[in-house]
Amino acid sequence: MRQIFWAILAGLLFGAGLAVSQMANPAKVLAFLDVGAIPAGGWDPSLAFVMAGALVVTFFGFAIARRRERPLAADAFDFPSRRDIDARLVAGSVLFGVGWGLVGYCPGPAIASLAWGRVETVVFVLAMIAGMVIWRRTLGTTTETPVNAR
Amino acid sequence: MDNFTPLSALIGGVLIGVGSVVLMIANGRIAGVSGILGRAIQPDGPEWRWRVGFLAGLIGGAALAMLAGVGPAAIEVTGSLPLLIGGGLLVGFGTRLGSGCTSGHGVCGLARLSPRSLAATGLFMASGAATVFVMRHTIGG
Repeated sequence: MRQIFWAILAGLLFGAGLAVSQMANPAKVLAFLDVGAIPAGGWDPSLAFVMAGALVVTFFGFAIARRRERPLAADAFDFPSRRDIDARLVAGSVLFGVGWGLVGYCPGPAIASLAWGRVETVVFVLAMIAGMVIWRRTLGTTTETPVNAR
Repeated sequence: MDNFTPLSALIGGVLIGVGSVVLMIANGRIAGVSGILGRAIQPDGPEWRWRVGFLAGLIGGAALAMLAGVGPAAIEVTGSLPLLIGGGLLVGFGTRLGSGCTSGHGVCGLARLSPRSLAATGLFMASGAATVFVMRHTIGG
């Protein structure tokens, strides 16, 4: 129960951040990815500022978390431990980037912007879920996450 | 750079960071939206409940910001069905194959100084920019 409460609170903050920063608007994201607009002065570097703001907080926040013995509502911290750069990581990231550039949606903003009630967003999210299901049924692995719920 | 909004971008980024830190300090979990969504739709234990809670919070938080007038009143999404479906499929498949997206790799992973996340972020930024370049300056002209 406590885990659900904290997750909802985290989601609310995250979703509000996506709206305040306008990253929930795909046009804003595409304006950042459009580096071809730099010479004409039409480039929008806002996304880099969003990442910078988020990174400063997470860098110090995660450092504080690591000093604790355990999370408030779970048995252990689930920090990823892998450091190798394999073909899956490379291919997946490149494919993701192509889809991101086609529409301007990555998973967080796509979900959050369902709040605006646009049918285009619903179509994208359903296709994104279908893509995840296809991954699961083809190249998917089941050994990714240890379960530490309680 | 007429649409550049550095202040609201920084404030929004800080909110995203605080949300990610809350999920880590409370639940011990990385706020990676693709992983949370991907596992929420194929439940393998009791953890799907907090994942659905987080996703509902994402929508609710955006809705609250919009209603409070601190988010965009409207969003601009392409109306092209092939682009929406093709883009969605690629984002869903690619983020699961690559173990993360802009949140899990781009924010949480970089904050941990993870070499995997640094590589992933560089790659999806580059292929995203290349795709927009082709769409806007080559085909779209």
